[in-house]
Amino acid sequence: MSAKKPFAGKLIAFEGLDGSGKSTQINLVQRWLAGQGCRVFHSAWESSEMVKEALRRGRKQQLFTPTTFSLLYATDFADRYEHQILPMLRGGFIVLCDRYIFTSFARDGVRGCDPAWLRELYGFAHIPDITFYLDLPLHMALDRVFRARQQLNYFEAGMDIGLSQDIQESYRLYQGRVFDQYMSMINEFDFTVIDATRNIHEQQEQLREQLATRIDLTAFGEKAAS
Amino acid sequence: MSPNRCFQSPPPDLDLSRLTGLLIVIEGPDSSGRSTHVGLLTKWLEQKGYSVVQTGLRRSMLVGPELDQAKKGNTLSPRTMSLFYATDFYDQMENVLVPALHSGAVALADRYIFTLMARDLVRGTEPAWIESLYSRALVADAVFYLKVPLPTLVMRTLHAHGRLDYWESGMDLGLSRDWFDSFLQYQRRLNDEFMKLHGKFNFDIINANRSVQTIQKDLRGRVERLLASFNSDAQPG
Repeated sequence: MSAKKPFAGKLIAFEGLDGSGKSTQINLVQRWLAGQGCRVFHSAWESSEMVKEALRRGRKQQLFTPTTFSLLYATDFADRYEHQILPMLRGGFIVLCDRYIFTSFARDGVRGCDPAWLRELYGFAHIPDITFYLDLPLHMALDRVFRARQQLNYFEAGMDIGLSQDIQESYRLYQGRVFDQYMSMINEFDFTVIDATRNIHEQQEQLREQLATRIDLTAFGEKAAS
Repeated sequence: MSPNRCFQSPPPDLDLSRLTGLLIVIEGPDSSGRSTHVGLLTKWLEQKGYSVVQTGLRRSMLVGPELDQAKKGNTLSPRTMSLFYATDFYDQMENVLVPALHSGAVALADRYIFTLMARDLVRGTEPAWIESLYSRALVADAVFYLKVPLPTLVMRTLHAHGRLDYWESGMDLGLSRDWFDSFLQYQRRLNDEFMKLHGKFNFDIINANRSVQTIQKDLRGRVERLLASFNSDAQPG
C-alpha cells in the first residue's frame, strides 16, 4: 500500500456520545454545503452485513475478546475507508464522517486495548482536517437516549464487558467510560469542541462558521471541479 | 521453556501466567510439506504420550465464513484482507492456542503470523504497521521454516493440484497475466520476505528438498531437544 498521498478533498469528522445530536447536525451541514454547490459526501459509521453476521455469531458462541472485537471493526472500517472515504477524498469531495476512528479508540480503549496499538492499527487512516466533538454532559446524553426509548444493542450497551447484567445499567456505566476516553482525546487529536447543550440552530451556526473560516468552500463548487 | 510472553504486552483479558505447554510453529510455502509433517509429528508425539493441539490459519468460527467468501470474491483490499486474517489469527490464538498451552499440550501451528506478514509485505503493507498488528502474538518456542527451491516447489504444486491456485500465484498483484510466470515471481518475493523475517525472528531453516522421512527425522531431533528442556522445566519445585 502506498504512503499517504495528499488529496484534493477535506475530511470532517463528527464525534460524540450517543444522543449528542451528531446525525442531526451532519444532515444540516450536508444540506448547507450541497446548497452552496459543494461536492459533499456523508459517510456513516455503519457495520456492513458481513460484520453484523460475524458479531451475531461471535456473541452467540461467546467468542469475542477485546482484541478480536477491535480487529473486526477495524476490518470493516478499512473496507469502507479504502472503497469509499479515500476515493471520495482523492476525488475532491468534502467527506463528512458520522463517527470516525476516535469512536474505535474510545470503545476499544474501554475494553482494555492498548492505546498505542490502536493508534498504530488505524494508522492507515488520515487524521481529519477538522474533528468536531459534540460535547454533552454524560447525564444529558443518557437522558436523551433513554427518553427516546432506543432499543439498546448488546455490544452498544457494553454487555460484553460484564459491567452489569442489567442492560440499562451496563449502558450507563459503559457510556461513562466512553465519555472519559473522549475527554482524554480532546487535546491529543485537537478536537473542535461544540457545546451540544445549546439549541440545534446555535450549534449549526457555529459549525458553519468554523467550516467557512477553516475551509475554502469555493474550491469544492461544481465550477471548481474542472 | 514455555511461551509465556508475547512480542509486546499481551492482549487484554488474556491470562498468560502458567502456560505450561509448548508452541511449535511450522512455516513454509504451500506444497512445502507442512501439513504432512504436522500430521507425522502429531502421531509421533501422541505415541510418546503428549497431548497435541493443531492450529492453523482460516480456522476460526468467528470470521471463517467471511474469509472464505472474501477469498472467492476478491473484492476486498489488501488492507481489509490483512485485518480479516488478523482477526482470524487472534481468535485462534485466544480461543484455541492459549487454552491448549494452559493445559500443558504441545501446540503445533501449521503456519503462523510469519505467513500472514510475508503475504502482506509482498503486497506492499508498511512493515511497521504489520509488525504492530501482530505484536500481541505469542512468541513460539521454535519456528521451523521448510525451505524448498523454487523449481521443486512448482513441480510439487503442479503434481499435487494439477493446477495453480489464484492466490498462491499472487494473481491479485498483477505481476503477469501468465499464471506460471506470476507464480514464480510471487513465490520468489514471498521467499525474500520470509528470509527478511528470518533475519528478525530467527527461524530454524529446514532443508525441505529431501525425502519426507529425512525431513521428519530432522524435525523430530529438534523437537526432542525442545521436549528435553520442556520436561525439565515442568518438574515441580
